[in-house]
Amino acid sequence: MANVPSDLKYTKEHEWAQIEGDRARVGITAYAQEQLGDVVFVELPTVGATVTQHRGFGVVESVKAVSDLFAPLSGKVVEINGELVNAPELVNQDPYGRGWMMVIALANAAEVAELLSPERYEALVAQAGH
Amino acid sequence: MSRAAPASYDQLVFEVSSPGRVGYSLPECDVPEADPQTLLPARYLRSVAPALPEVSEFDVVRHYSRLSRLNYGLDTHFYPLGSCTMKYNPRLNEDMARLPGFARLHPLTPEGAAQGALALMHALAAALAEIAGMDAVSLQPAAGAQGELAGILMIRAYHRSRGERRTKVLVPNSAHGTNPASTAIAGYEVVEVKSTGTGEVDVDDLARHLGPDVAAFMITVPNTLGMFEPRVTEITEMCHASGVQVYMDGANLNAILGITRPGDLGFDVCHFNLHKTFTTPHGGGGPGAGPVGVKAHLEPFLPLPVVAKRGAHYTLDWRRPMSIGKLQAFWGNFGMMVRAYTYIRTMGADGLRLVSDNAVLNANYIMKRLESHYDPAAPGPCMHECVLSARRQKRQGVSAMDVGKRLLDLGFYAPSTYFPLIVDEALMIEPTETESKQTLDAFCDAMIQIAREAGETPGVIQEAPLTTPVRRLDQTRAAREPVLRWSP
Amino acid sequence: MRYIANTRDEQRAMLDVIGAHSIEDLLMGIPAKARLGQPLPLAPALAETDLVRHLRDLAAHNADADAYTCFLGGGSYDHYVPSPISHLISRGEFFTAYTPYQPEASQGTLRTIFEYQTMIAELSGMDVANASIYDGASSLAEAALMAHAVTSRSEIVLASGVHPLARRVVATYCAGPGLRLRDAAAPEGTMDLGGARALVGPKTAALVIQSPNFYGCLEDVAAAAEIAHGAGTLLVVAADPVNLGVLEAPGRLGADIYVGEGQGLGVPMSFGGPNLGVFAAKGELVRRMPGRLVGATVDVDGRRGFVLTLQTREQHIRRAKATSNICTNVALCALMATIYLALLGKQGLAKVGELSTAKAHYAAERLTDIPGVALRFPAPFFKEFVLTLPKSPARVVRRLAKDRILAGVPLGSFEKRLRDSLLVAVTEKRTREEIDRFATALAKAVGS
Repeated sequence: MANVPSDLKYTKEHEWAQIEGDRARVGITAYAQEQLGDVVFVELPTVGATVTQHRGFGVVESVKAVSDLFAPLSGKVVEINGELVNAPELVNQDPYGRGWMMVIALANAAEVAELLSPERYEALVAQAGH
Repeated sequence: MSRAAPASYDQLVFEVSSPGRVGYSLPECDVPEADPQTLLPARYLRSVAPALPEVSEFDVVRHYSRLSRLNYGLDTHFYPLGSCTMKYNPRLNEDMARLPGFARLHPLTPEGAAQGALALMHALAAALAEIAGMDAVSLQPAAGAQGELAGILMIRAYHRSRGERRTKVLVPNSAHGTNPASTAIAGYEVVEVKSTGTGEVDVDDLARHLGPDVAAFMITVPNTLGMFEPRVTEITEMCHASGVQVYMDGANLNAILGITRPGDLGFDVCHFNLHKTFTTPHGGGGPGAGPVGVKAHLEPFLPLPVVAKRGAHYTLDWRRPMSIGKLQAFWGNFGMMVRAYTYIRTMGADGLRLVSDNAVLNANYIMKRLESHYDPAAPGPCMHECVLSARRQKRQGVSAMDVGKRLLDLGFYAPSTYFPLIVDEALMIEPTETESKQTLDAFCDAMIQIAREAGETPGVIQEAPLTTPVRRLDQTRAAREPVLRWSP
Repeated sequence: MRYIANTRDEQRAMLDVIGAHSIEDLLMGIPAKARLGQPLPLAPALAETDLVRHLRDLAAHNADADAYTCFLGGGSYDHYVPSPISHLISRGEFFTAYTPYQPEASQGTLRTIFEYQTMIAELSGMDVANASIYDGASSLAEAALMAHAVTSRSEIVLASGVHPLARRVVATYCAGPGLRLRDAAAPEGTMDLGGARALVGPKTAALVIQSPNFYGCLEDVAAAAEIAHGAGTLLVVAADPVNLGVLEAPGRLGADIYVGEGQGLGVPMSFGGPNLGVFAAKGELVRRMPGRLVGATVDVDGRRGFVLTLQTREQHIRRAKATSNICTNVALCALMATIYLALLGKQGLAKVGELSTAKAHYAAERLTDIPGVALRFPAPFFKEFVLTLPKSPARVVRRLAKDRILAGVPLGSFEKRLRDSLLVAVTEKRTREEIDRFATALAKAVGS
């Protein structure tokens, strides 16, 4: 059974977004971290940087792969998770909690409607896994 | 399961160091002023001495001899690595490369005093051109990846010389990683072309991608599944009809020597891996050499200088205004050229044909003996290498990686695993022509034993290797907390 | 054919198992019109004794540094190569091994690379060194690409004293990404600081300086660091590692990236290749470094072991987005350097540098005593220097070759303003007697 919290929104690139008013907290899903394997490094933007929906905002590196991270929503980075510098394994251990990556101040609230619901994301993951 | 082998040598040279020991012999200074502090202003001089080891000569000899025994080399172990062409490294090649007239020759020796070296380079280039059906060859690239970069840069220069700005290069999804990487460095957008279920180029997908914005299509022949592309001449014709240049990655040349040639198949440019087909040693990861061959229309763009012959005299030709420039400071890996030239002169045309005949025979023999135990990625016959899948074994809890590790315990190096990307649990096996039937049988027996163990006692495979100097290593730790140098 | 084991009987037995009539059956996938109709028109195969004779003959037509006294430099040097090196690297376990992708079977190679990385880091004063690039020039080119990736800037400023052939390689690599190369002039043989300051700015990814430079002159690397860092630019320092037993470590002078040609560390000159591209950087740049890296870890039993690490940045995984396209390094040459540095050690490498510079200064004195012969540049030099000659350097070189002396590199083909100049290198191997003989021969050749 996929680990897909019902209070989050998702992208087809396996990021999640937690909408908190005019901000969103962003990370990667349980499925993503499982596919990657042990995460060894996370490269995040600096606070103040601008991110654009569907465009790369950073990189997550595991022993066997490096994957680009795509912004689910556009906006300005207001917080990044400093804990990931010394403990990248948090992404594996707690992808929806302590493994969060950044918080953005939203530029365009209308973009939220384009994100996938938990049900649609769950269906996507079910299709992908063989 | 604990290890079955006794503890092996585990020292680094810094750990056998003792202050005051010396391992060198240099004469005393025979000129009046010997002190750098007098000769040079202080600000240029070293403030803190480097912490290099202090060991005796014998310490060094024993230490590195013991370290060498921690390696599986080709001399001692069969290496079935696909696409690497791990064939015997002839000792004659080593002797010839060490002749002082070659090894002790400075690159900036005046040309008139380096005629032997230039003659060798010229002859090697001509032989490679003949082998590949190309019109000209540059020996300069230091490795296959540099050869690819040279090839793509020449294609870029060619299109520009015709006033065309093409922005994309097509690469099959089965390609070796250096293909897209080299292409990206050359400034192109990499676009993947699909492969069919049996690993061939999907010609319809290729046709959809061809157009005036495509500069080149890069493929490996035989392909990375060890199969000869059946529609290769159709592919090169289609590409040319769209003004697209075709590049052949020569990594698998060992399959077609004296049988067919990239030039005759319609390719505009190809590279050679001297450290694969032409026996120069792998050295634990290099040096290699990656000469590149071109058809006449690309010749003006070759890296410079080009070795030219004027009458009886050889020269380095720098007057090449359309050249893509240089990839190495000097003229290429001359030491590897001596080895490859020695090999080609040892084999001659008949010998090279025997190479490919036996390379193909050996790979098919392995494929036939193993095909009921591991799923072939594509139906045979294969060429010089075969790709099997360990998907059956995976269902029993044994992955391709596990199979490779178990082979280490059984006295073999592992085949290539997880390449090409389009085959799951891929095992790519290239025996080469220098292996005997006895070795092939021993290898097949081992693989069959592993297939049986996967069903009966998978634990012994999952725990492998047990008998190597170290067992499975924590890659995650190495990447999370990189320790990239020794510290006291 | 001695490299192929299969006898006709064995071939027959294998074909029977395969179920094919002949090897031709296995080649049916190749279209008939693509098949060669006859054997390749290559020169006939030679038996071993004949081939040795042929190659010895080719080798005899080269003026090598055993038969001639070598004062050639310019990026390749006749340095002392201790005898154990060629024996150790000829061990089959080292030179016939593959890239260490299966670490359990490659601890020999992996440990020697780890030692190499340590020694280069120590010598250069940098935090981390990679397992080597092809040669010093391609190493420098990779540094330029890395600086561009790290800073997102697209100009590279190179001091004129950077080896001209290395600059050409940088230009070739930078063509794809469309980087602009700019030249910081060296009118007096060293980089003019005011000129450099004017060129380095917010568009500059890297300032590249070589010391000693192509002319043999020592550069003010610390000043270059100040100029670069003031503009947020990376400083790339190119330096011959053999000299670093005596000369200051680039890391202590402000280098962000260090590159060099390591041929002098026990690698044969071999007419220019294979060489040894040395590459090191500051710790914070490690994940952007091209090439292989070996790291320490433990195995399942807790034993120390070594693996290729941070591989996900490399071509075989990252593919189009890799930090570089490099696949092979030059492992065997790096092994030569490792053994060289182990044998020379803390004391020996310093001695090589001391002897080289002492003899170079003696040579410069003797040679400039000859009327008409002068040092071209006023800057301090280490083991190489540029002389102006009153006669054509090319003619002088030809004349001295008759005395079995390789006098130096005429610089006219590199720079027009130096067409009367000769680049002379002197290493620890040159005896006083050889230098005196050189001076006598040169005096005759320029007509004194």
